[in-house]
Amino acid sequence: MGIDIKFPIGLMFTILGAVLSVYGFVTRFDPMYRKSLDININLWTGIAMLAFGLFMLLTSILQKKEEETKP
Amino acid sequence: METGAQFTLGWIDWAIIGIYVVFTISIGFILKRYMKSSQQFLMAGKSIPAWITGLAFISTNLGALEVIGMAASGAKYGWITCHFYWIGAIPAMIFLGIFMMPFYYGSKARSVPEYLKFRFDEKTRGFNAFSFAVMTVMASGISMYALAVLMETLLGWDFTMSIIISAVIVLVYTYLGGLTSAIYNEVLQFFLIVIGFLPLVFLGLKGIGGWEELKIRLSDVALSGSHPYGEGAYTHTWKYMFSADANPMGVEWFGVIMGLGFVLSFGYWCTNFLVVQRAMAANSMMAARKTPLIGAFPKMFLPFLVILPGMIALALTTLPDSGFNLPLKNGVYDYDKVIPVMLGHFFPTGVLGLGLTALMASFMSGMAGNVTAFNTVWTYDIYQSYIAPGKSDNHYLWMGRMATIAGVVISIGAAYVAKAFNNVMDFLQLIFAFINAPLFATFLLGMFWKRATGHGAFFGLLSGTLAASVHHGLTAPANAASLIKGGWLVGGAENVVKTYPSEMAQNFWTAIFAFSVCFITTIIISLLTKQKKTEEELTGLVYSLTPRPKEKDVAWYQRPAFLAIIVGAVAIVLSIIFW
Repeated sequence: MGIDIKFPIGLMFTILGAVLSVYGFVTRFDPMYRKSLDININLWTGIAMLAFGLFMLLTSILQKKEEETKP
Repeated sequence: METGAQFTLGWIDWAIIGIYVVFTISIGFILKRYMKSSQQFLMAGKSIPAWITGLAFISTNLGALEVIGMAASGAKYGWITCHFYWIGAIPAMIFLGIFMMPFYYGSKARSVPEYLKFRFDEKTRGFNAFSFAVMTVMASGISMYALAVLMETLLGWDFTMSIIISAVIVLVYTYLGGLTSAIYNEVLQFFLIVIGFLPLVFLGLKGIGGWEELKIRLSDVALSGSHPYGEGAYTHTWKYMFSADANPMGVEWFGVIMGLGFVLSFGYWCTNFLVVQRAMAANSMMAARKTPLIGAFPKMFLPFLVILPGMIALALTTLPDSGFNLPLKNGVYDYDKVIPVMLGHFFPTGVLGLGLTALMASFMSGMAGNVTAFNTVWTYDIYQSYIAPGKSDNHYLWMGRMATIAGVVISIGAAYVAKAFNNVMDFLQLIFAFINAPLFATFLLGMFWKRATGHGAFFGLLSGTLAASVHHGLTAPANAASLIKGGWLVGGAENVVKTYPSEMAQNFWTAIFAFSVCFITTIIISLLTKQKKTEEELTGLVYSLTPRPKEKDVAWYQRPAFLAIIVGAVAIVLSIIFW
């Protein structure tokens, strides 16, 4: 009904992933590692979210284009 | 060393929570202009694709109480908790998709209580509608109370502030976009819950040294303590089920298979409108049937996300140098703190905000599910049926919105009742358990025996509820501390007819008794009373009188039966691997 939910989900995860991975990159020299067993968990989680978000966005956009060309 | 779960949030954590809230509310605003009829508002216009309803089907069940409670059970009972996700869910979801959805969806019923009206009579529908309406807002209130207490403990948030903020967010997006908004948000929340807790499982397993090391640690736990079990009792599902004394949950195989796997599981997944409503919102019969089958895939793997952190927390607590301790409450582990303590232990600022957002998302998906189920049952099954029949559709759309506000307000009231009188809520939940236990017997006979009558169904339900309460009043679990745990008919736990090894075992057997009495009573009274429905009226409502859904144009690998075989096979493989 109305909207393709993949688009807002993709957009939200892309924004959250970008924010988290940039934060993880900026704080990569801050001894951020104490709790998470020497892993930059912000950076890696952010990258994973960014990838998922972009995948959902791309799927949504391609599907919309396909629907527009059908008629 | 961390002894509590309190922590402070950085700006990045607040930013993550803020972004999530903005998106959640935006979905409601975007959908507002499509809500032009009561069917669109209360039933999502029956327009949602199967993959969305399938994920919403699971997400609405994945409330905060589920996440916190199952992690707590993981720490308390170990991997045996998986029974709630495998035998306690998958067979019922397959049965719903293959056999029951054709009746729910094909009968044009707008709700589960309305199906009971079509199949039986008005009094059976009324009994189910009223008990369900009260039950859902109470459940919503208890969930709200749990979240507010958690936020008060973790972040020092004021109890009232937590309640108001969380309730307003859910109210805004369900009031604006109705069931569609709730379902769309449940999908968003599902992905957020998964991605918020996955790093926790990864870091937890890394911290303990992997699955094999976890098994070694938990075998030490199983062999120590005042009541030692077999060494794999915390990491197996079936191996230690031969006797209730052999496993930490205190249940045996028959009670689990019949009580949990059949009566309670089928009673919840096949008849509870909260989850069935998601499937009824699907855009076709095929999509409606696939909804629980699609939902079954993530359901099977949720133990790795919600039970495993509890087991890791228990194992880490036994490691002398881990720096991790489960907090104590009255001298025993406070298992409900597993998730927050794990978040505080492993997550730095950033992912900490993500983990808390996942926790809030799980709460909101559960609460929105309750509110949207309540407003539909209230509007169609109570208001339209008994208070104001024959009004315009616009009037019922307005009432649907008012019921949404009322549902949230009553939930807030229930949260305060839970805060002030914890025992009152325990008592109410007990009553609801008695009402729910026999429900599946009524549906089973209604759908598969055309001779079942309205009188049979109604008095069967009443007798099943009575049987559940009598069984509970005559029995008690070991070490029962109060009458609310059982034995209230004989003046206390010392005089009971049977003492069960655990509360869980007592619950399973209460359900078995309730189902059996309801089943037999319904048959006897049906045979003694006249069937008032003609075969024509029962077409589409009873298996033997309903044409099978047409699947000739559908490829074999796209049919629900094929999906069901895959789901069943994966569940069996998982049960064998972790037997």
